[in-house]
Formats: sequence, C-alpha cells, structure tokens
Amino acid sequence: MTRIRIPPTLREEVGGAREVPAEGETVRELLDDLMAQFPSLRRQLVEDDEIAPFVNVYVEGEDVRTREGLDTEVRPGSTVILLPAMAGG
Amino acid sequence: MVSYRDLLAQAKAEIDEVDAVRAKDLIESGDPVIVDVREQDEWDEGHIGGAVHVPRGHLESRIEAAAPDRTRPVLIYCAVGNRSAFAAKTLLELGYVEPVSLAGGFTDWKRNGFPVELSAGLDARKRARYSRHLLIPEVGEQGQLKLLDSKILLIGAGGLGSPASLYLAAAGVGRLGIVDADVVDESNLQRQIVHSTERLGEPKVDSARRTIEALNPDVEVVAYKERLTSENVDRILADGWDVIVDGADNFPTRYLVNDASVWHDIPVVHGSIYRFEGQVTVFKPGEGPCYRCLFPSPPPPELAPSCAEGGVLGVLPGIIGSLQASEALKLALGIGEPLIGRLMLFDALNAEFSDVSIRRDPECPVCGEHPTITEYIDYVEFCAGTREPA
Ligand SMILES: [Zn+2]
Repeated sequence: MTRIRIPPTLREEVGGAREVPAEGETVRELLDDLMAQFPSLRRQLVEDDEIAPFVNVYVEGEDVRTREGLDTEVRPGSTVILLPAMAGG
Repeated sequence: MVSYRDLLAQAKAEIDEVDAVRAKDLIESGDPVIVDVREQDEWDEGHIGGAVHVPRGHLESRIEAAAPDRTRPVLIYCAVGNRSAFAAKTLLELGYVEPVSLAGGFTDWKRNGFPVELSAGLDARKRARYSRHLLIPEVGEQGQLKLLDSKILLIGAGGLGSPASLYLAAAGVGRLGIVDADVVDESNLQRQIVHSTERLGEPKVDSARRTIEALNPDVEVVAYKERLTSENVDRILADGWDVIVDGADNFPTRYLVNDASVWHDIPVVHGSIYRFEGQVTVFKPGEGPCYRCLFPSPPPPELAPSCAEGGVLGVLPGIIGSLQASEALKLALGIGEPLIGRLMLFDALNAEFSDVSIRRDPECPVCGEHPTITEYIDYVEFCAGTREPA
C-alpha cells in the first residue's frame, strides 16, 4: 500500500483527506486504484490515457514524466504527490 | 614601557611588506584578497579596485567573511602602511598564511600613478538606512548599490505582491514596477497588507505606491494600472526589468508572464497560494525549467479550482510572498543558490516545507528545442464574474 498526497485543490473530491491509501506497483496501477475509489478525480488527472498536462505526479520527489511516466515503478512506502497547477496569488 | 614606535617596529619585523610596484604585480599575478583597513571617509575618497573594505576596528570580526580561505594571499593596505602592518600581524595570529602589508600604503600607490577606484558610494543617510545590509558581507556597500540600481517588476499588488513589494522596497530596490488593474476591496484587507482601510476603492497600484513611497523614498514606483494581456505585455517588459515577481491570481496571466519572460529572457520568481498551502520556485530562462515545462497548458476552465470556494489563510501570502522577495533579492544581488529547478511546497497546517525537483523539458512548447508556441495566447478568463483577486 502507498499513501498518495492529495493537493488542497483536489481534496473535496476525496472527502477532504490529505492523504489517500492506494494499491499498485506502478503509477498507472496506483492512479487506477485511486480513481476507482474516487471516480470524479479522473477528469482532474487523466487526459487521453496520459497524465493530464495541468497536473504533475511525483514519486520520491521526482516528476514521473522525467522517468517512465505512468509505468514508473512505485515501491511500497514511497511518497507519491499529486500536484495540479495552482494560480492563486 | 613600550611606545607606539616600538610596537610598530615589532609588528613590521614579524610581517612581510611589499612596495606599491610589487603590490601591483601581486594583484595582477597572485590573485590576492585586497583588504582596505582604513576608515569609511578615507575609503570613500578612493581605493584600490577590487578591494574589500574592512576597517581595522572590525578586522577580527569581519575578516573571515571577507577572506574565508586562510591559504589565499591577503594584501592589506591603509594610508601609509602602519595600520596595515598591525592588521597583517593580526592576520598571522588568526592563521592566515600569507598576509602582506603595502608599505607606503594608498598614498604611495597613488604617487606611482596606479589606478584608483572611486566609490559611487552610499551617502551617510543611505548608509544609516541600509546599515544592516552593509554588515552582511554578501551584500555590503557594493551589493546595496546594486540593489539601488536594480529593477523588479511585480505582477499583481494582491496577497503575494503586498509583502513582496514591501520587503523589496524596504531593501532599497531602486525601481519597482507594479501591474494591477484592480481597486482595493474590503475582502482584500485580510491579507493584502500594502493596502489599508482608508484606501478602499482606490486603484491598487496607487495605494501600493503611496505605502511604498512612505516606507522608502529611495524607491521609484512605476505603476501599470492595467491587466496584463497579449497586447501590453511586450511594452511593459520592454521597460527593462532584472527580475519579475509573479503574484498573479489567474492562469491566463501566469501563462502570459511565462511565455513573455522566456522570450525577453527575464527570470521569474513564481509563487502561488491556496487555503493553507503555497508553492515557490524560480524560472530562469536558459538555466532551468519554465512554467510550461512544469504544466504545459492550463486546466480547462471548468476544472480550475473555483475562486468562490477557494479562500486563503491571511498570513499564507505573507510567507510565500516573503520567500519570493528573498529569491528576487538573491537574483538581483547574484548571491546564493536560487530556487531554480526546485519547487518548494509549504503547508501551514502541518508547519511543513517540502521540495520536489523540476526539470527543463526538451519538448517544452515554449523553451524546448522545437517550440510550438511562438505567439502569446490569451486563455479564457477563469471564474469570470466571480473573480476576486487573491
Ligand atoms: Zn519550458
């Protein structure tokens, strides 16, 4: 099991939780499990079967786009952060 | 009893001295740290180029910052070579390997016709105002002069722009540009500390200008009472800015600022806030990623977090905007490690900072190898009608 950090802009979609546990060995499996639990997250995270261009996924502090994208491996206990663009100032 | 003469003779016996000609050779070939130990008024009238000013009375406490490497040669001078002889002796005692004193001092240096640098210098009033900067070796008089000569553009005089503009003004940044089309609204005052109750209804750029001028008359405020668009962005950036502080409250402006900063080659200190959390990073064209490397395009309007349900803890922009001011000052001074390639996240509820690395994307539509965006894009307004500047 991995804990996924939910950004403040998406917390309403997950009932206000700051972290949500999910199962999976890759980013794809993790996100699929997360979106199965909270279906309204799908449009916030995925576009054309890829990570949406307005959101980043970090595993151990690294953007998965600079690794293997959705196929990036996630070890148990890894820190996974979802980070959508945020414009407030 | 020991006289001054005895002490001086004793010091000179223990140290190495060079004359002006050899000192000049040493400067040209030996890369010494040059230390001027005279008083402020003597320094102001001219000094050897490249010298650092450490008055003899502060020598022990400040020399380590001025010359951290004790194995590097140190050339010390004063007016005629006496104070510098004592200073060289002190440096020997502090473990410096090669301190040398300029015999004949600055007087002899000038007599040889060697070059003298005049300090544009801070006057007595500025020296008093910025004294806490002058005490920091990384800033000092040269740094303060640099700040007074620097030009920083603030996008937005709202939550982030308030603390950022106040601290940049207090620090003595010579010219501050402010872009904002809004007027001060009562709901702004919970966090926008550059404004005040008596300014309700006043354009934010005018209100900010009044506060800044009252705080520091050394600062020239350039007010742009307009919303940044594809039409005006080139004109505003062409006014010549060293750094942009982005405290915008909407995606269209964020993307305009990014694309323009890449094309005008100006670093952007980016900050954003939502409820209890904020983010800061520095986008420096050519050295690190840009905003589009991070987020190639904005979310569609229907997915952008609704401004109405947004909200922000009043002090949060104080923290994030101050971090932006700190990064902007570092960039203007050219010191430290700017926040390039790292996105810093702050969570006020957990009192926690974290950090993710962000990289330049060779496929980036703006700063990548084959850019696909070459003109400004005016994205549709988000939260139209309900828009309330954060
Ligand atoms: Zn880029």
